[in-house]
Amino acid sequence: MKASGAAPEGAHGATPGAGGASSPVPAVRMTGVDKRFGAVQANRGAAISVASGEIHALVGENGAGKSTLMKVLSGMLVPDAGTIAVGGRDVTGWTTAQAIAAGVGMVHQHFMLIPTLTVAENVVLGREPASVGTFDRARALHDVDELSKQSGLIVPADRLVADLSVGEAQRVEILKTLYRGARILLLDEPTAVLSPPEVTELWGVLRRVRDAGTTIILITHKLDEVMAVTEQITVMRQGMTVARMATRETTPEGIAHAMVGREVDLAVRGARVRSEEEARDEGGEEGVRGEERGALSVQNLVVRGARVERAVNDVSFTVRAGEILGIAGVEGNGQTELLEAIAGLRRATSGEIVLGGKVVTNESVRARGDAGLSHIPEDRHQRGLVLEYSVADNLILGQQHRFSSRGAMDRHAVASNGATQIAAFDIRPTDPALAVRTLSGGNQQKVVIARELSRDFIALLAAQPTRGVDVGAIEFIHDALRKARDAGKAILLVSAELREVLSLSDRIAVMYGGRIVAMMPRAEASEEILGPYMTGARKSTAA
Amino acid sequence: MTLLLFLAQTIRIAVPYLFAAAGGALAERAGIVSLSLEGYMLGGAFGAAIGAYYGESAWIGVMAGVAVGFVLAGMHAVGTIRFKADQIVTGIAINLFAVGITRFLLQLAFDSSSNSPRVVGFGADNVGGALALASNPLVWVGVVVMPALAFVVYRTTFGLRVRAVGEHPDAAASVGVPVNRVRYAAVLGSGMLAALGGAYLALDQHQFTDSMTAGRGFIALAAVIFGRWDPARAGLACLLFAGAETLQIRLQAAQLVPSQFVAMIPYVLTIVAVAGVVGRSVPPSALGRTSE
Amino acid sequence: MSGHTGAFAEPTPVPDATARAMRRRAALEEALLPPLVALAVILVAGDLLILAYGEAPGAVWRLLAEGTWGNAYGIGQVLYKATTLTCTGLAVAFALRAGLFNIGAEGQLAAGGFGAALAGLALPAGTPSLVAIVICVGAAALCGGAVGAVPGVLRARFGAHEVIVTIMMNFIVLALLNYVVAAKLHVPETLHTPTIRAGAVPRLASSIEAFHGSAASWTIVIVAAAVIGVAWYLFRTRAGFELRAVGLQPAAAEYGGVNVPRAWRNALMLSGAIAGLGGVNYVLGYKGYYEDGFAGGAGFLGIAVALVGRNHPLGVVIAALFFATLSQGGLAINAMVPKQMVDVLQGIVILAVAAAVPEVRRLVRQAARR
Repeated sequence: MKASGAAPEGAHGATPGAGGASSPVPAVRMTGVDKRFGAVQANRGAAISVASGEIHALVGENGAGKSTLMKVLSGMLVPDAGTIAVGGRDVTGWTTAQAIAAGVGMVHQHFMLIPTLTVAENVVLGREPASVGTFDRARALHDVDELSKQSGLIVPADRLVADLSVGEAQRVEILKTLYRGARILLLDEPTAVLSPPEVTELWGVLRRVRDAGTTIILITHKLDEVMAVTEQITVMRQGMTVARMATRETTPEGIAHAMVGREVDLAVRGARVRSEEEARDEGGEEGVRGEERGALSVQNLVVRGARVERAVNDVSFTVRAGEILGIAGVEGNGQTELLEAIAGLRRATSGEIVLGGKVVTNESVRARGDAGLSHIPEDRHQRGLVLEYSVADNLILGQQHRFSSRGAMDRHAVASNGATQIAAFDIRPTDPALAVRTLSGGNQQKVVIARELSRDFIALLAAQPTRGVDVGAIEFIHDALRKARDAGKAILLVSAELREVLSLSDRIAVMYGGRIVAMMPRAEASEEILGPYMTGARKSTAA
Repeated sequence: MTLLLFLAQTIRIAVPYLFAAAGGALAERAGIVSLSLEGYMLGGAFGAAIGAYYGESAWIGVMAGVAVGFVLAGMHAVGTIRFKADQIVTGIAINLFAVGITRFLLQLAFDSSSNSPRVVGFGADNVGGALALASNPLVWVGVVVMPALAFVVYRTTFGLRVRAVGEHPDAAASVGVPVNRVRYAAVLGSGMLAALGGAYLALDQHQFTDSMTAGRGFIALAAVIFGRWDPARAGLACLLFAGAETLQIRLQAAQLVPSQFVAMIPYVLTIVAVAGVVGRSVPPSALGRTSE
Repeated sequence: MSGHTGAFAEPTPVPDATARAMRRRAALEEALLPPLVALAVILVAGDLLILAYGEAPGAVWRLLAEGTWGNAYGIGQVLYKATTLTCTGLAVAFALRAGLFNIGAEGQLAAGGFGAALAGLALPAGTPSLVAIVICVGAAALCGGAVGAVPGVLRARFGAHEVIVTIMMNFIVLALLNYVVAAKLHVPETLHTPTIRAGAVPRLASSIEAFHGSAASWTIVIVAAAVIGVAWYLFRTRAGFELRAVGLQPAAAEYGGVNVPRAWRNALMLSGAIAGLGGVNYVLGYKGYYEDGFAGGAGFLGIAVALVGRNHPLGVVIAALFFATLSQGGLAINAMVPKQMVDVLQGIVILAVAAAVPEVRRLVRQAARR
């Protein structure tokens, strides 16, 4: 693909100095960047121009190519085509080391920290103070302490990174770039793992760093963040840079429109699809039935997390038949552990899980499935699919004991089930023998959804059901979940997208710090009402 | 006096372990599995015999042995780092190759399938026991190799980088640490260290015999694992294993414990250590993964 | 209840012809690449070694071919060696399918042979041959499986890394067997047990005269059955479906209701049993007794066999024949070039296949894309 093959908007995005106020030579200027990974064209003719000393948002949906573009800028990836200029100097195809030397620092979405080394060692790694090869530990400690004080990024320099909190770890990441004299700071989805107070603190840090003369590019798909701290915006869609705007001249709706490329955006992402009355009516109706059926309930559940003793801390709720209970909350507040415990993938420390009137707290994954539990897992690449297996085989994963007799697989049943589900859920390509790895993200997720919705179940756990899938598939998946609800299934939905929770749920709970801090009917909920609960600013005993 | 003899014998047995375990600890800390220590040692022993025979000097033998270790480790490094071959498979291939090539060259050079002619060693031949031991410079090097390695790993820039690439190579790469270069250096270093252990063996016995390392490379690996990938602990493990062997030799006449059971000690202890029955042995987290 | 009774009429899938063809091509490439790389490397490296020894490569290769596949005796010897290698290769491949590296085939093979010998010694002399063979073969699998169970259980219970445990187990098992044979069971002046009283498997030569003198026996049939059984288990049974899922993505298998630790344990146990089966070939089919050190590296070579055979049962058989040919060929050429040459070649082949196959595949794909 040639650079000229990009959409015309791409060229528009390249126009330098749209923000205008700063120096004529932009800090960063990339044009016509192509980058391909196998069959995936991650960047096509992407272009961005960032003025010196601004906080610039690079927004787009998951998979729009933002991270790829920034990895090209930071020297981690070599572009197939296109040019990169930093401070007016052509640096196309440079290496990480060269980028660092030129003052480009990247803070990755997944922390690039070495847990067995100390904070100071992590910060200085690659640029260690040393004399004749001997590492000068005292000076490293001293330098990091100094830098920490100067920048206001307070970290314990002599502690092991393994012992840090997430917020502290991120400060170390930023310190690392400052230590290397970063003049251009790239942050990839920095708030994904932060609690709301930590996010606020991060904005303070970024402004301070910016005021000290550093240019910042913030990769995000969260529009509130864009509005909160940035000055200029570049929007990416399907690998192309499709729009460029000044933050104070636009609105979240305007950005969202550019992100998905059509007007229906906010309706699809579902500010609200069902009317409040509808929700209330159905909620009430199902409420009666739910009392009788008691589809899925959790009592005083405590679950241990990877780092914390009580990742889920005394949680109780009931999901009624024909109801979607949505759990809102910032990621990492115990949602993952809660769902894994219900699914049988993580042991409950104490408490009880009841499915269709049967206590399943200590049952195996398979026994829970047989008792009527279906589960769309959070991470389809790790959990939900065996990527090397065929579509047909993946469509029976978890039900292999039903597709076999006396230990031998019933291949005909597997094949015919595959063909049926592929047709019913419009999975493409339609070849059931294809390895699921070769499917697009949306179609992979359809395989998971098809499998979990086609089995005989009472309750469904749906974790991030539309993460990383395209808009068309999102609508399809939302419809499928609503249909299942209308067919009398109980659905527990966990999503990091507040709008998704608002658009699908009949009742909404908020999780914070491992607890359910609020529980309300959909009709009473809104982003404004849920916000304070999600940030831990408010707690209610209603749960 | 018996204690001194016991110590002397223990050290004599421990020296090859110490060299090879130092090599193993270095490579594994950098994230490269070291199943090939046995092969490096065997190659080192062969090189030392050839060098000492043709060069008529133990020092030339040492240098030749180290060179062979360098070459074998280079094969392992290129295979695992450049070509991203499976580290375990590559390690085993190196071992098989070392056995084969030393036999083949033994045949080629000396027309014998079992051993080389007698070669010179260190020190005077007519002094025995502890004195011979003390006159062997390799013994002295062997005794300090683990403390020296500990200094390198924990106190130098190179060591910091070795630990970084062994734990989280992507993180190291993201700050400009040349991950592959650090790994090459660590693996080549490990080959040369282990080969020193082999060279010691051949020079101590004044000849090379077919497969003379007899599993010592794996005992060294066991010491690394039992010592939790820490140079000091691995060194102590080497001394422990060597001490058990000495005890067995001393008590052989008494027939208290069959020698086979003493030989099992390092292996059983290592299994106990990785099973975590007493304090779990946790490897560097990127060990075995040659990632992008 | 679930997918069996879909509400839809069964639509026949529309097979995408090009996708099918591509898949077949990829599978073929996958199967042929390692042996081809191995062959090429052997020819090049072998030529160099032969030239180093001052002989003519053409003549040596001819001698090698004649001494292996050129006469019935040679074929019999190749088949004999391939039988053992098939078992150890299959054992390694089986465990790798579950994502586990079994480096303990050497000890498991020895333990299997010892088990067969013990059973053969314990049975009364008059035991009907078929019954005795079944018992002895079962004993071999049981002993190999018991050795494999140790890393299996330690992995399942404590998460102990199977590579380390299987390596260490080799030394422990070999030392233990050495002790038992040397101290309790040996025929004086030797390191082998007395000859078994029952359970001997007849040589091929007893039915086919041409094989006279070769060690090949009807254990070939037992091992062939094992190969078919393993293939069926892996690709046609529920346990195999689950085992492969565990090997590819343990988290997905766990999500799919598989007890992952149990699958690990079973995989290493069965892997040990398969390797143990190989001991039958030497003990029941060839010598009639257990001898210390009979495994002689066949367990380690099993890793190479699994590698070249791409962990597929059929590939393992082909790779076993390949390495057996090389090994027998070494003896055939010994008059011209030292037989140790094949030891060198084995090491080089493994290195080359491990290193070059991913690289060659990458180049092939790159070329295909252009």
